[in-house]
Amino acid sequence: MKLVAVTSCPTGIAHTYMAAEALEQAGRAAGHEISVETQGAAGADPLPPEVIAAADAVIFGADVEVRDRQRFAGKPLIQVSVKKAISDAAAIIEQAVEAARNAPAQPAGGGIAGVPAGPALVSKVTSDASTATKVRQWLMTGVSYMIPFVAAGGILIALGFMLANVAGGKSGAIDVTKIKLTDLVANFDPTSGMQWAALLFQVGVAAFGFLVPALAGFIAFAIADRPGIVPGFVGGALSVAVGAGFLGGIAAGFIGGFIALWLARRKVPKSVRGVMPVVVIPLVATFLTGLIMLIILGRPLKALSDGLTSWLNGMSGANAIVLGVILGLMMAFDMGGPVNKVAYTFATTGLAAAGTSTDAPQLKIMAAVMAAGMVPPLGMALATRLRPALFTEPERENGNAAWLLGASFITEGAIPFAAGDPLRVIPSLMLGSAVTGGMVMGFGSTLRAPHGGLWVTPLVGGIFPYLIALVVGTVITAVVVVTLKQLGRTPTQEPVAEEVLAAA
Amino acid sequence: MSELITDDLVLLDVEVSDRSEVTRLLAQRLQAAGRVTDLEGFLGDVRAREEQMPTGLPGGIGIPHARSKFVTTPTLGFARVPKGVDFGAEDGPANLIFLIAAPDGAGSEHLTILAKLARKLIHQSFRDSLLAAAGPADVTAIITKEVLP
Repeated sequence: MKLVAVTSCPTGIAHTYMAAEALEQAGRAAGHEISVETQGAAGADPLPPEVIAAADAVIFGADVEVRDRQRFAGKPLIQVSVKKAISDAAAIIEQAVEAARNAPAQPAGGGIAGVPAGPALVSKVTSDASTATKVRQWLMTGVSYMIPFVAAGGILIALGFMLANVAGGKSGAIDVTKIKLTDLVANFDPTSGMQWAALLFQVGVAAFGFLVPALAGFIAFAIADRPGIVPGFVGGALSVAVGAGFLGGIAAGFIGGFIALWLARRKVPKSVRGVMPVVVIPLVATFLTGLIMLIILGRPLKALSDGLTSWLNGMSGANAIVLGVILGLMMAFDMGGPVNKVAYTFATTGLAAAGTSTDAPQLKIMAAVMAAGMVPPLGMALATRLRPALFTEPERENGNAAWLLGASFITEGAIPFAAGDPLRVIPSLMLGSAVTGGMVMGFGSTLRAPHGGLWVTPLVGGIFPYLIALVVGTVITAVVVVTLKQLGRTPTQEPVAEEVLAAA
Repeated sequence: MSELITDDLVLLDVEVSDRSEVTRLLAQRLQAAGRVTDLEGFLGDVRAREEQMPTGLPGGIGIPHARSKFVTTPTLGFARVPKGVDFGAEDGPANLIFLIAAPDGAGSEHLTILAKLARKLIHQSFRDSLLAAAGPADVTAIITKEVLP
C-alpha cells in the first residue's frame, strides 16, 4: 500500500517532525510505502505530485490547516491531531490502509476516487498532469457534473413536446411553451394532457437553467477546490444572464476558479484564516468574477450580438444557400451562446414578418435554423454509436439521450461533448449544421414553428428534403468528429478521459 | 553555527516538583550560555505553547519548546528526571525533558537541526541511550552524533 502524510503543528519545530518520523516508522514496520511532508518551521518540502497521485490513502497529522490540501482531493483521508500521530502512529497507519481498502477502486495513475460513493465532491484533477491535460481534466470535471442536468432537463423538455404533440395536436408543441409557470401553479388540471406537457416542459427548463452554472461551478471546483464553487456557479449564472452561453460559462469557471485559487494562496493573519474558505474567498472571488463577467465580458458580447444581428439583417438579400450555411455555422458554434442566439433570434423575429404567407423567405430561414440546430446532438448521438470506443461510458449514455434532445431541437444536448473536447467537437458540429442549413435553404423547405424539433414536422412545408438535409448533416457531423477524435488523440490520453468520465 | 547542545546545558538526575520548575532550570542554563536574552520573556513563550496543549509524549518525554525572539540560536536543553515530572502525557510522567528553543524568524536551514532532533525523539533506542548516559558529556555526544548531518 502506498501512503502519503502531511504533518504540521503550531510551533513547527518539534511535533511536526516527531509525527513524521513516527508515521514513517510505523508505516514501514507494517510493510507500506510512506512519504511524509513536514509543514514546519524548517520549510515544507512538498511531496512530488506523482507520489501523491500514486498514493492509496492520505494521512493528515496536523493541528493547523494543511497547506494546499486540494492536492489530495479525492483520496481516502485520515485526519488526526499531530499528537495522535506521534502516540498512535501504528493505529493510524492501520486506519489509512483500511480506508484505502474501502475506497472505490482508483484507476492506475489517477488521483480519482469514485464520485457517487462518498459524500464528498470529487474533482478529476491529477496534480502530476501537464497543463494541457489539466485543462482537459478541469473541463471534464465540469462536464461530468453538468451531464445529469442536460439529460434530465433535456429529456423532460422533450417529453413535454411529445406529450403536447399528442394532446395538443399539430401546434401542441408550440402551445405548450406558452403556458406560463404561474398559470400552471394556479390552475393545474390533472385531466389535461397539455397541462402535464407544460409541467414537464417547465421543470425541464428549470433543470436546464443549471446547465451552464453547473459547468462553470465545477470547473472552478476542479481548479480551486471548494472555495471555487460559489464564484464558478455565480459566474456561470451571470454568463447566462449576459447571454454568453456555455463558452462564457467555461470562461467563468476558469476566472472564478483561478481567482479563488489565488486568494487561497494568499498569506493571511491567523485570525482570518478560519473564515477564508467559507466567507472571504467565496465573497471576494464571487464579486470579482461577477465584475469580470458583467463589466468586462458583458459589453463586448452585446456589441458582438448587435454586430452579428445587423450583419445578418444585411444578408437578407444574399444567396439563400450561403445564408443557410452561415446560419448553420452560427447555430452549432456555441449552442445557446451569443452566436447561436443571434441566428435563432434572427429566424424567430422573421416569423412575425412573414405574416400569413406560406412561401416567405423568413419561413425558409426558420426551417434552416431549426434543422441546423437539431444536427449537433443527433450527430454526436450517431458518433457514439459509430465508434463507442472513442467515448466514455457517461458520454455514450449522454449520446442516447442526445437522440431525443436533437429530435426536440434542444441543441444543448451536444454541449457535454463540446465542453469536454471543444477543439475537435465544435468544428465537426459546425460543419454538419452548415451543410444542413445550406441544404434546407436550397431546397426551400419552410417552417412556421419557432421550436419543437421533429414534434412540429406537421408544420414543415417540404418535409422530405428537410429530413434528407437533417440526415446528411447528422452523418457529416458524426463522421467528422469520429475522424478528428481518432486523429487527434494520443493513446496515453485515452485512459485519462475514460477514467475521468467513468467516475462521474 | 554553534553546537545545538553543550555539556552545561545538560542536567542529569534532577528532582523537581513540576514541569515549570524543570523548564525554568533549563532555561536558566540557556540564559547563562548566552543563548536566551530574557529569561522571563522566553519562559513566557514556552508557557504559552505549553498551555495550547501539553507537550508530554508517550515514552516518558516532555518537550517544552518555543520559537521566541529572546532566543539567539537554535538550542536544546536536556534534563533527566528519574522520578519523573508530569508533562500531561497520557502514559504518565516524563523522565527525559528536552527544552527546544528556536529563534523567532530563523532561517529554515537553522531549524533543520531541530527537525532532525525531533525525529530522533521517536526512537526508543535514542531515548534508552539517554537514560543510560553516565554524564553530561555522554549526553551531548549522543545527541550531537545523531543530529549532525
